[in-house]
Parts: sequence; C-alpha cells; structure tokens
Amino acid sequence: MTLREIVEIVDGKVLCGENDLDRNVLNGFSSDLMSDVLTLLDEDILLITGLSNNQAIRTAEMSDIKQILFVRNKKPNKTMITMAIEHDITIITTTYSMFKASGLLYGAGLSAIY
Amino acid sequence: MHLNYSVKARDFTSAGSVSSAIKKVLKQLNIPPADIKRIIVALYEAEVNIVAHSYGGTIECELSHDRIELTISDEGPGISDLTMAMTEGYSTATEEVREMGFGAGMGLSNIKKNSDVLAIDTAADSPTIIHMTFNLKQGG
Repeated sequence: MTLREIVEIVDGKVLCGENDLDRNVLNGFSSDLMSDVLTLLDEDILLITGLSNNQAIRTAEMSDIKQILFVRNKKPNKTMITMAIEHDITIITTTYSMFKASGLLYGAGLSAIY
Repeated sequence: MHLNYSVKARDFTSAGSVSSAIKKVLKQLNIPPADIKRIIVALYEAEVNIVAHSYGGTIECELSHDRIELTISDEGPGISDLTMAMTEGYSTATEEVREMGFGAGMGLSNIKKNSDVLAIDTAADSPTIIHMTFNLKQGG
C-alpha cells in the first residue's frame, strides 16, 4: 500500500515527507509504547501512535521506520517535524482513533507484524 | 575509535541524541544494517534509562574492526534488585517516563536481547555501569 493510499484511507494530512507518498509500506504497528516498537525486527512499517513527543520520532529513527501516523488529531510540534525531515520520516495525522485507523488500514490490506 | 558523550538526567527532550550521533558514525563506517539496528536499540534503551532513572551519566563507545563495546555509566542511585529489574514488565518508572512512551519494564530485557555480552555492575546508592559487547558479523 502506498503512503498516498494510507492518507486517503484515514482522511489524513501530511505534515512532512510529501515527496515520498508513492513509497510502498507492507506492515502496520499500532502502539504508544516505544519499547514495544523497538522490539520489531522489520523496518517496512507504518507506526501508528497517539504518542506525540520527540521520543516517537527518535524511536522511528532508531528502528529505521520511515513513516508515522499520529492518531486522534495529535499535533507534532516544530521540533518533531524538524527531526522527522532530518531523518526522511513522513508524518501523517488523522482525527480518527487508533482503533479506527488501524482497522481501516488492516481491512485495506496493510499487514500485521504479529 | 573512541567516542565519549554525557547524558543529562530528566532531559526528555534530548533523550536519544547520543544514540542518534553514534548511529550516524556506525552508518559512515558501513557497519551491517542488522548490527546497527541491534546496537542502536540497546543503546537507545540504555540512554533513556540514564535520563529516566539516574542522576546523569556518560556513554562511551569503543569501535574496533570486529566488535563494538558500549559502556553506559551513571552517577546513581543504583539498582537495588537487579534480578527484578531484568524481569520483563517490572518497572520503577515515574508517570513522566511513561508519558514519554517508556517505563513498561522492557528496557533491560531489550538491551539483553540485542547485545552479545552484557555485564551490569550496580547496587543500591551506587553508580550503575552497563557494559555491552556486540560482535560484528561481517567486520566493520
């Protein structure tokens, strides 16, 4: 599934990484617990989270995750967006809950890791 | 090559900046990506631990052609029950740490899983020194 399709499915807004919307993503992982994200061996992941702070971006950076979907209208701040741009991470936001966003994306074919 | 960094206690905004800097160096040295990942995940958890639990500390990184050694030292207050601390799910983290997306009692077990050799020297009211060795699969 491309990032562009993900944005359409969750009625999302792209805050940075607009040039990478044709990138394909295979898996989704929903968590607010960054230690859980750090256990993932796969890198081809859309991180779906409600945790809107620097550590969400840092965790993606350390895990080589290149796209984050912030749910429930969480607004990443300027520092987070700057960090994301520096590491080529695309940030998408949606007003949908983590449950709804995850369900829609899973139903549309985004795979689960476990 | 020897790298040395200091880490401030409670500075949640910068937590991860040392791991980020070391990751850049490892990439430049063309260390295999799978090795970079496990080194950096272990290091990042340890860096978050210094910020979350200690009075501040340092991270030292020693790189040679076939291995990377990380020494994470803090100024205390130490771990009184290391066996409990190593148990997945056991945590003494504050609400502030949990709000940062950590504090679920997974840090030390994530560190153990990703390192080849792990030695932890700690006691109550003492510094904690964590030494991790990573053997590089294809050399550096």
